[in-house]
Amino acid sequence: MSSQPRRRRLEVEQIGDVTVVNFVDRKILDDQNIQIIGDQLFGLVENEGFRKLLLNFGNVEYLSSAALGKLITLNKKLHTAGGRLILCNIDPQILEVFEITKLDKVFNIQKEEQAALQAF
Amino acid sequence: MPLTVATIMKPQRDVSPAIALEVSIPSDAAEARRLQDEIEQVLLARQVNDRDIFSIKLALEEALVNAIKHGNQMNHLKKIHVAYQLFPDHFDIQITDDGPGFDPSDVPDPTAFENLERPCGRGLMLMRHYMNEVAYNDLGNTVTMSKLFRTNPNPSANGKK
Repeated sequence: MSSQPRRRRLEVEQIGDVTVVNFVDRKILDDQNIQIIGDQLFGLVENEGFRKLLLNFGNVEYLSSAALGKLITLNKKLHTAGGRLILCNIDPQILEVFEITKLDKVFNIQKEEQAALQAF
Repeated sequence: MPLTVATIMKPQRDVSPAIALEVSIPSDAAEARRLQDEIEQVLLARQVNDRDIFSIKLALEEALVNAIKHGNQMNHLKKIHVAYQLFPDHFDIQITDDGPGFDPSDVPDPTAFENLERPCGRGLMLMRHYMNEVAYNDLGNTVTMSKLFRTNPNPSANGKK
């Protein structure tokens, strides 16, 4: 059951000109899994050309530092393309992970999706 | 002799672990996941509080990823040796890989401005934050981590949950 490479890991919805992404997985762990999620996120920018990305972490209970690495790369790709990334709805325990690693300074993090949509 | 009897009858709970286990697993993410789930079940069964479980899980995830990826270079023939003990007031775990080891002081500070956008190097920092003790052996292929359980999960100390 550990390899389901074709499964879609993201739920993508367009609200105005913002692409809202929800994660299917509650735990963003495992190299393989993180690789797939990363590729699907990068695809939104590189293949589908979306420029305003809002990642909603409402479903996510858990993530590892490898997942943070993908978010950093995604942020860079969007910046290079002239786009913006905003994160929202992050569980307090996960938010602490961003704070410890000082990534709360790198990312634009908003509490709620509504506020995040207005922050673009 | 009465003294001996008294000594024998003295409760030993504080010195002997309630649970002690040693396993060796292949360098494989699925095997590591199974072990992590098993440890989580052990902690849940002993009613360790949520925050401490979150901390241990996170540190364990980072340590196992390091062992598989950096230590054993994803070589499935190499093993990871894990020993853990659960005490009433703390949890100890030792993780050894079959790799050449590394020097933890070589890992750059991921929160330094110039490193903030590097996608790697945060695992060790998170382990140190979430555990009370993180120590490497001289070779750098064994990490020993310890987590003291909070005595009463004080809700005012950490916002929600």
